[in-house]
Amino acid sequence: MFAQQIVNGVLLGATYALFALGFTLMFGVLRVVNLVYGFYFSAGAFMALGLTRGFGLPIWLALPLAAVGSGLVAVVIDALLLTRLRRVNAPELASLMVTLGAVLALYSAMTVALGPDIRRFPPQVLSGQAVELAGIRITDAQILILAVTAVLVGGLVALMRLSRLGLAIRAMAERPDAAGLMGIDTGRAAALVSFLSGSLAGAGGVLIGLNFNAIQPYMGEAMMLRGFVVIIVGGMGDIGGAVIAGLLLGVVEVLTAGYVASDLKEAVAFAILVIVLWTRPQGLFGRAQVRRA
Amino acid sequence: MPAWLDDLLWTYQNVVYALGINGLLALSMYVVLAVGQLSLGQAAFMGLGAYSSALMTLKLKLPFFAVLPLSCVVPVLFALAIGAPTLRLSGIYLAIATIGLGEVLRAVYLNVGLFGGALGLSGIPNRAETWMIYGLLGLAVLVLFLVGRSGVGRAMEAMREDETAAEVMGVNVRRYKLGALVASAVLAGIAGCLNAHVSSFIGPNEYGFEPAVTILSYVLLGGIGSPVGPVVGAWVLTLLPELLRGLADLRGVVSGLIIVVAVLFLPNGLLPWRMRRRGA
Repeated sequence: MFAQQIVNGVLLGATYALFALGFTLMFGVLRVVNLVYGFYFSAGAFMALGLTRGFGLPIWLALPLAAVGSGLVAVVIDALLLTRLRRVNAPELASLMVTLGAVLALYSAMTVALGPDIRRFPPQVLSGQAVELAGIRITDAQILILAVTAVLVGGLVALMRLSRLGLAIRAMAERPDAAGLMGIDTGRAAALVSFLSGSLAGAGGVLIGLNFNAIQPYMGEAMMLRGFVVIIVGGMGDIGGAVIAGLLLGVVEVLTAGYVASDLKEAVAFAILVIVLWTRPQGLFGRAQVRRA
Repeated sequence: MPAWLDDLLWTYQNVVYALGINGLLALSMYVVLAVGQLSLGQAAFMGLGAYSSALMTLKLKLPFFAVLPLSCVVPVLFALAIGAPTLRLSGIYLAIATIGLGEVLRAVYLNVGLFGGALGLSGIPNRAETWMIYGLLGLAVLVLFLVGRSGVGRAMEAMREDETAAEVMGVNVRRYKLGALVASAVLAGIAGCLNAHVSSFIGPNEYGFEPAVTILSYVLLGGIGSPVGPVVGAWVLTLLPELLRGLADLRGVVSGLIIVVAVLFLPNGLLPWRMRRRGA
């Protein structure tokens, strides 16, 4: 029973980590809390839904296509809203407000266009079978989530650490102006980071949509609370921290639901957020730079 | 009275209430923006005021003159718990924590039996009157206007323009920010209490993300030059969907686009006014 809870917690946590990954990447490099992020998540889920339902594509094809699609949406939105503010070095609250307004407009437009109802993937997409291992049940959706999260985290770390592109992105995260002087095309790097985090969000939307089998326009907004907790606990902009914090949050939520009260999951998540802000605003692992007032 | 006239008055009455209450909410957002911070907790504070006051009326049977002031208590406690840790940090933390607050409270209202779950609380007696709403709105505008003209207002404006410079000039930046957040919680809590006691029903979705952003759009439409601007912004945006019925579905799109346009192109708001100060 306890082992099953822990496994469920880790699997739930993997979805949180996946969701927060692109969010923290975007903050770490572009220095902006992009609240449209939740929309990329919903957009990815709806694209995969359209591809599997409308075109009958299998999920292994629909998932990467939806990820690329949401990545492109992210590039367009970043170019429309944030590039301009970055150029004039606008205060951070300006970019926060712009993305806030944009995300409400996008969610509302999506709700008007597609309706507020909860939609589901067609049943043939995933069989819903479960594997039993030493008394622990894991569904195929959960296996897919774990595998995709592992691949994406590995791929992202490899890209950031091993490639020249990753070096350029890290340089930009450190000092954007100096990176520009060193001949890095910061506009292109920013677009690339937007694309990467948009696709991570889109992939997360598809997988979480599969796991809970419930897709609706505001699903990304509901995830934002978890996203905030993960990036604050893990340290803003810290990719490794986000993964660990995501897993921890999943385990804590499942244990709270299992042993205390399932009604308190969100309240516990929020309490963790406030306690970390009180005591360790640099994140549990202390690698992120605190931005004091 | 013929049915259609009765109907019209009833609808009209709700708009009258909504104009006053949304004006108070706009002021609640204005107070925080006036010190250069962004809080998305206004809808959450309003919800706390609405739920706590409704419970005081329904369960404790308290009279309204006691409920109305007490409705600020819970929002203020939450404002302190969130503001104290985040206001030492950069502004993004307050924004993040207050958006999170809205989401978590919605989940709590939905799940905890005391708050009536998805059905919300109903049967709240209609104890708030039109004159109370507009009296409080007028009082709030007056107080904020006087504060704005005083040294406190000058300090707030200095913080908004350049926080570091203001701090160097001896402005206790943290105290002003926390004070502004508490004032904002008071205004939103009272607005929530009034809202609960004119509509007889409150539900968990009335205080979520969309209302939070809509309140911001009121202020950005009106501009933060004086407390009158936000109220005018709130009135315009409350009346607009009433006048153009087709717009009701697109309300979120309009509010969102107003924010985008205001920040990108009109940093002083669509209706800019600046307050005149003695000796300024």
